[in-house]
Amino acid sequence: MFSRKWIAAATLGALLLAGQAMAQDKKVIAVSIPAADHGWTAGIVYHAQAAAEEINAAFPNVEVVVKTSPSAAEQVSALEDLSASRKLDALVILPYSSEELTQPVKAIKDMGTFITVVDRGLTDASVQDLYLAGDNIAVGTNTAKFMIDKLGGKGDVVVLRGIPTVIDDERIKGFQDTIKGTNLKVLDIQYAHWNSDEAFKLMQDYLAKYPHIDAVWANDDDMLLGVLEAVKQSGRTDIKLALGGNGMKDIVKKVIDGDAMTPVETPYPPSMIKTAIYMTVANLIGQAPVRGTVKLDAPLITQANAKEYYFPDSPF
Amino acid sequence: MAVMTESAPRRRPLDLNISWTDIGPFLALAALLVVGYLINPDFLSATNLANVITRSAFIAIIAVGATFVISSGGLDLSVGSMAAFITGITIMFMNAVAPHAGIWAIPAGMAVAILVGLLCGLANGLIVTVGRIEPFIATLGTMGIFRALITYLTDGGTIPIDRSLREAYRPVYFGTVAGVPVPILISIAVAAVASFILYKMKYGRKCAAVGANEDVARYYGISVIRTRTVAYIVQGVCVAIAAICYVPRLGAATPTTGQLWELQVITAVVIGGTALRGGKGHVWGTVAGAVILELIANLMVLSDFVSEYLVAAVQGVIIIIAMLIQRFSNSK
Repeated sequence: MFSRKWIAAATLGALLLAGQAMAQDKKVIAVSIPAADHGWTAGIVYHAQAAAEEINAAFPNVEVVVKTSPSAAEQVSALEDLSASRKLDALVILPYSSEELTQPVKAIKDMGTFITVVDRGLTDASVQDLYLAGDNIAVGTNTAKFMIDKLGGKGDVVVLRGIPTVIDDERIKGFQDTIKGTNLKVLDIQYAHWNSDEAFKLMQDYLAKYPHIDAVWANDDDMLLGVLEAVKQSGRTDIKLALGGNGMKDIVKKVIDGDAMTPVETPYPPSMIKTAIYMTVANLIGQAPVRGTVKLDAPLITQANAKEYYFPDSPF
Repeated sequence: MAVMTESAPRRRPLDLNISWTDIGPFLALAALLVVGYLINPDFLSATNLANVITRSAFIAIIAVGATFVISSGGLDLSVGSMAAFITGITIMFMNAVAPHAGIWAIPAGMAVAILVGLLCGLANGLIVTVGRIEPFIATLGTMGIFRALITYLTDGGTIPIDRSLREAYRPVYFGTVAGVPVPILISIAVAAVASFILYKMKYGRKCAAVGANEDVARYYGISVIRTRTVAYIVQGVCVAIAAICYVPRLGAATPTTGQLWELQVITAVVIGGTALRGGKGHVWGTVAGAVILELIANLMVLSDFVSEYLVAAVQGVIIIIAMLIQRFSNSK
């Protein structure tokens, strides 16, 4: 592994010496993403690196460079570093925060770089050439539709929500708007901060408070793990469904195995970074038009299609 | 003469003070139980109480260690990340050993956990004492280090425990002995040993002396460096014991394991009656403090009148009121 890197470095150095012209023929795509600090971002890093490896192997005249940053400020510095030494043909970025990253990304665009923004939009939409994101409202909506269907339109549900953010609000809104008018009743809804320990405690408390619960929705799979452990401990048999969201491999595996309590899953897949990188390369190499906005749906993952969303080697 | 008459009446309120601080947290606990019952009778159901006290065990065990550190005039902000780090190392060790050793991987892993905890505590202690760095800054540094290490070990994801060990290890969190959940028994044992050390052994008096007044302690020939370092080692071992109970609960370590535990631990110690500036430690008060914190959180969910957005604010108010009641009873 190391020696290969050294050979690559030596080759690159030789190329640079041989002539600037040859090196400049290579199209450079920079990928700037948050560092892995929880399951979902760990998935982002995994899929970005996988895409870079695949593309670098498939297209000799393309070089994808992945750079992770642990904070918004460091992401800004990373952008400066990436663009200082060479001209970037394209930048794929998952911004830490919309406000702080808008100006730095615009500066890179002004150098003539193609800009792809993933998941979190910039405050100035004119900066991006391609915007790709998942659909948080659909995460809530599709989960609710399945529950209504499965429970015959009536039942008692408890909900665990994450951290007060737009992402969390949209998922909850999608869910609540969909169950409006049905006899599905939300008994309780509380924050568990997308954390399995807090979800475990909260679920224990829900179980103590409500003698009858038909279904649980944790709007993220980390929380679902805690929920399942609490339900298992209680030995209660009234809970028919416990659903999550995001597409964690452990939960997708449950779907593949035909788990009774968690038969489906809704994705907000970190693999969307891969989609964005591939589309950007398609534009650069294949002259395929990609400018615009792409919204990935959050289709139900069922036993039939679960393999498509299962990444056993990913940390998430 | 004047000195005599002055010192005699002063001693009596001092004795009273100590007993109030000792009883205070338990009165608060009793009051909370009554209020809880009035709000929702399910609160006092055996299952609910067992759940809540069991899950307060991690904070209680770590906070017992923190009682040593705080009593000796120190502070340890790294306990939450340290718990996550030890959990990660323990699980990785158990998984690696499991194919060869089978079930024996569990006790071996526990021994590794204690060893790692001991070393982490020793590192904290030496940085603070020999390195003469403010405990707040020193442990803020190690807090970042331990958190980064667990994130690195997990690749930002999770390290799950081997399936072959899962069922065998489960009883350490979910099991009961004579109807009492195992983690509760472990925390009682830890607190009992700690109170023996703190109240019956010479070290306990040294600890309080160093915390109350470093210079005076030094004049009496007490090694401040050794006393404080040992306190941090005790803290490390307590974190390891908590980690051992924690692993079987969800069977995984993640970068968010143990997040903000340090603040809960410090709060539990202070609610328990130990002063943040050092001095006498109150081990059983600390345990009561940990249970109180968990009960408040539980009550927030079981009651219906607090909006989900305001839960943290109400918890904060209850903690401040509890402290005010203690202060009020102390000054009597």
